[in-house]
Amino acid sequence: MATFQFNGRPVTPKSTDDTPLLWVIRDEIGLKGTKFGCGVAQCGACTVHIDGKATRSCVTPLAAVSGKSVTTIEALDPKGAHPLQAAWIELQVPQCGYCQSGQIMQAASLLKTTPNPTDAQIDAAMNGNLCRCMAYVRIKKAIKLAASRMQEAPHTQGAGA
Amino acid sequence: MNRIAQPAGPAQPLAPSRRSFLIAAAGAGLMFSFAGGVDEADAAAAYAPTIWYGIDPDGVVTVHVIRAEMGQHVGTAIARIVADELEADWSKVKFDHVDSDPKWGLMVTGGSWSVWQSFPLMSQAGAAGRIALVEEGARLMGVPAASCQARNSVVSGAGKSIAYGEIVARGELRRSFTADELGKLPIKPPSERRLIGKPADARDIPAKTNGAAVYGLDAVVDGMVYARPKLPPTRNDSSVVAIDDSAAKAVPGYLQAIALQDPSVTVPGWVMVDATSFVAASRAADLVKVTWKTGDSAKVSEADIQARAAALIADPKAGSLVVEDKGVDAAFAGARKTLERTYTTSTALHFQMEPINALAFEKDGVFEIHTGNQWQSLVLPWLAKALGRPETQIVMRSYLLGGGFGRRLNGDYAVGAALASKAIGGKPVKMVCTRPDDTRFDSPRSPSVQVVKMAFGDGGKVIGMDHAASAGWPTEVMAPFFMPKGVNGVPYDPFAISGANHWYSVGAQRVRAISNDLANRTFRPGWLRSVGPGWTNFAVESFMDEAAHSVGKDPVAFRLALLDASGRNSGAADGTSAVGGARRQHAVVARVAELSGWGKPLPANTGLGMATTFGQERDMPTWTACAARVHVDPATGKVKVEKLTLVIDAGTIVSPDGARAQVEGSALWGMSLALFEGTEFKDGQVKDTNLGPYTPLRMADVPEIEIVFIESTEVPVGLGEPATTVVGPAIANAIFAASGARVRNLPIRPKAVLAAMKA
Repeated sequence: MATFQFNGRPVTPKSTDDTPLLWVIRDEIGLKGTKFGCGVAQCGACTVHIDGKATRSCVTPLAAVSGKSVTTIEALDPKGAHPLQAAWIELQVPQCGYCQSGQIMQAASLLKTTPNPTDAQIDAAMNGNLCRCMAYVRIKKAIKLAASRMQEAPHTQGAGA
Repeated sequence: MNRIAQPAGPAQPLAPSRRSFLIAAAGAGLMFSFAGGVDEADAAAAYAPTIWYGIDPDGVVTVHVIRAEMGQHVGTAIARIVADELEADWSKVKFDHVDSDPKWGLMVTGGSWSVWQSFPLMSQAGAAGRIALVEEGARLMGVPAASCQARNSVVSGAGKSIAYGEIVARGELRRSFTADELGKLPIKPPSERRLIGKPADARDIPAKTNGAAVYGLDAVVDGMVYARPKLPPTRNDSSVVAIDDSAAKAVPGYLQAIALQDPSVTVPGWVMVDATSFVAASRAADLVKVTWKTGDSAKVSEADIQARAAALIADPKAGSLVVEDKGVDAAFAGARKTLERTYTTSTALHFQMEPINALAFEKDGVFEIHTGNQWQSLVLPWLAKALGRPETQIVMRSYLLGGGFGRRLNGDYAVGAALASKAIGGKPVKMVCTRPDDTRFDSPRSPSVQVVKMAFGDGGKVIGMDHAASAGWPTEVMAPFFMPKGVNGVPYDPFAISGANHWYSVGAQRVRAISNDLANRTFRPGWLRSVGPGWTNFAVESFMDEAAHSVGKDPVAFRLALLDASGRNSGAADGTSAVGGARRQHAVVARVAELSGWGKPLPANTGLGMATTFGQERDMPTWTACAARVHVDPATGKVKVEKLTLVIDAGTIVSPDGARAQVEGSALWGMSLALFEGTEFKDGQVKDTNLGPYTPLRMADVPEIEIVFIESTEVPVGLGEPATTVVGPAIANAIFAASGARVRNLPIRPKAVLAAMKA
């Protein structure tokens, strides 16, 4: 039994300790914004924040988050208005959208440690996130837009992020 | 080239032109409908069934979209087409994606057809509504209709005005349009368009940034069990001999493993493993031992499939003659010079991000299938056969697609889920495939072999061309009723040859399409983004480059000379969508050459390559040209794409930003298929089943991209795929320009570039 902070509140899921966090979030807690893509941490669709750091939930056993803080796309910002989310809409980034929760969570983690990333830093941080629609041009542009906005007005992160 | 909108086979819906368009004040709102399949006499009383949009008394317009949303923002585009002619206030227009119902007619989302097919119909539907609202609004205001006009959901005239909502609330709207009347409704001149071609945010996007968007994988219903299939060793012809689930019983939550009984033969040999959670189902499936009687394709390799294709091509009697001009053989016999080249492409996977899944259950006598799907009209008959019930007792509920790319044109996965539910008395079953399951059960793009020949006369003049292509045929396997016949009477899959029937004037031309029976037997060939043109053009456009060089001509000048818009390439024979013909292709080539700096000096080991295509189909040409600039590392053969320049003439652009997004993504798809994606069949299965071994393009690989649309008010054509068709050969030609290496197989791996450099 692992107890952890989930989007700002304590939870103790019933799933066994070896259950991947992804499926606990999706099918036990019931939040569907975190997606299943490859199951082997190679596509990034399942990316959540664990203690603020982008992590692949499909290969993270429930036991590993005991006592930690987990944040999903639904709680990245209380109003869904994180500068990245705003930039994603402004630049019309998503196509099918399936990978975008993971892209945004990965990018949010990047901007926390690297508020003004270079192209190479963005590539390095985002290369593990596959976008099958190949909306990469806009993803990169939106990260830069959000970064510049956050330099002007620092963003207060959402629950537990 | 035929099109799916006008199938030759059975069970096609009534064409909209044969329907009566009805308008009536009914219930809560004004409904505009096509009475499909009912007698004209009954139609007025029925107000029936088929409803494209409604307006409620608050003036909210809801457009019903039959197309699947898979990243193209199709609902926004179609709603804006309706709203433009309806003169509706865009802020009061909504849309929904409908569930399957016979009243919608053919439900398919593919081929880059959605806007092209919807444009006239939805424009006229909007116009009809506007006319009815103006007439009734005028009557309510007591002014002559001729003095009124509609704008922004308001009818005004003679100093008075009334909003659409009020007309609906107070009016008595009764107006019907015969098919002829509807067809004659004038569409606004482009100068009067207020929404089409103007910027607008796609309505589906906000929910795709906050986790709220609901995809098939997210569908839930109370009391459902989870299931994962245990897939047989071959796609076809395997059958279950025995199931041993003793080890699976140790998995908490495991319920049962069931061999599916499938009269539709869609999922032969499937064993469904049920459990109380997906994780349990997945783990149990790993432990269930199944003994199969396997099909005869269990040992087939990629090399076997390609050898079969080559052998078929070598037999001049094989296949369907899609183009067969008089004098081809004579042109080659009398040629001053001939050129022959063979091109091959490897098996490629869809790898849509959302693995295939479906939720199925029986409720109130109806089987419900909750899943993302691109071609409901194709899978419903399979479901009916599999479940042993009429299509009227099956409904497919629509969800967002976590990627389509053609994978979900083939709804075979829905059959697996439905049978799994049927096997437990119609209780809800949520089937989810793991990524390796998804990949093994994919309908991949077939590997292909193409042999292209050209005959030259005096002075390098092109006098004949012969193109033979062999691959697995998705349409033959899944939708044979959509196959037109070649001039020799043999049916062919248009989605496995289009592209070869290009718009170059090459003298006497032959195009021969040959179904690879071994491919068709070994796997279920799929329609993959840009279908046939995604690989036929690799051959056509690589070959045009080789042909130009072989007669000492510049590849751009060589193409421009052949794009003379003469004869069948004038566009006249292919309908209004092709107006202008090859003249428009000539224009995009010239423009991309200018933009990309064609002919100017480049740094060492760097080259510019050109390719041009007409997109998907001759009667819906999207005139496309691409210049790729690449750098080739002479030591490793590694190719770095530095820049892609694309010029596209797609006629009228309905959603400018959405159009650009489609080209960005589809161009990178072309690059990914050219350099990064390819697998092979080994022992009857695809070898690479997940990321790691399978390597689609990632962010760091993205080159600079410049996209230019030709300004046009011609018929809007497709944009979801055409850029995919042109990038691969542009890259291959650029590699040649940079390094002298001519590569004739996709994907292009560094090893092959190195080998070709030494050749």
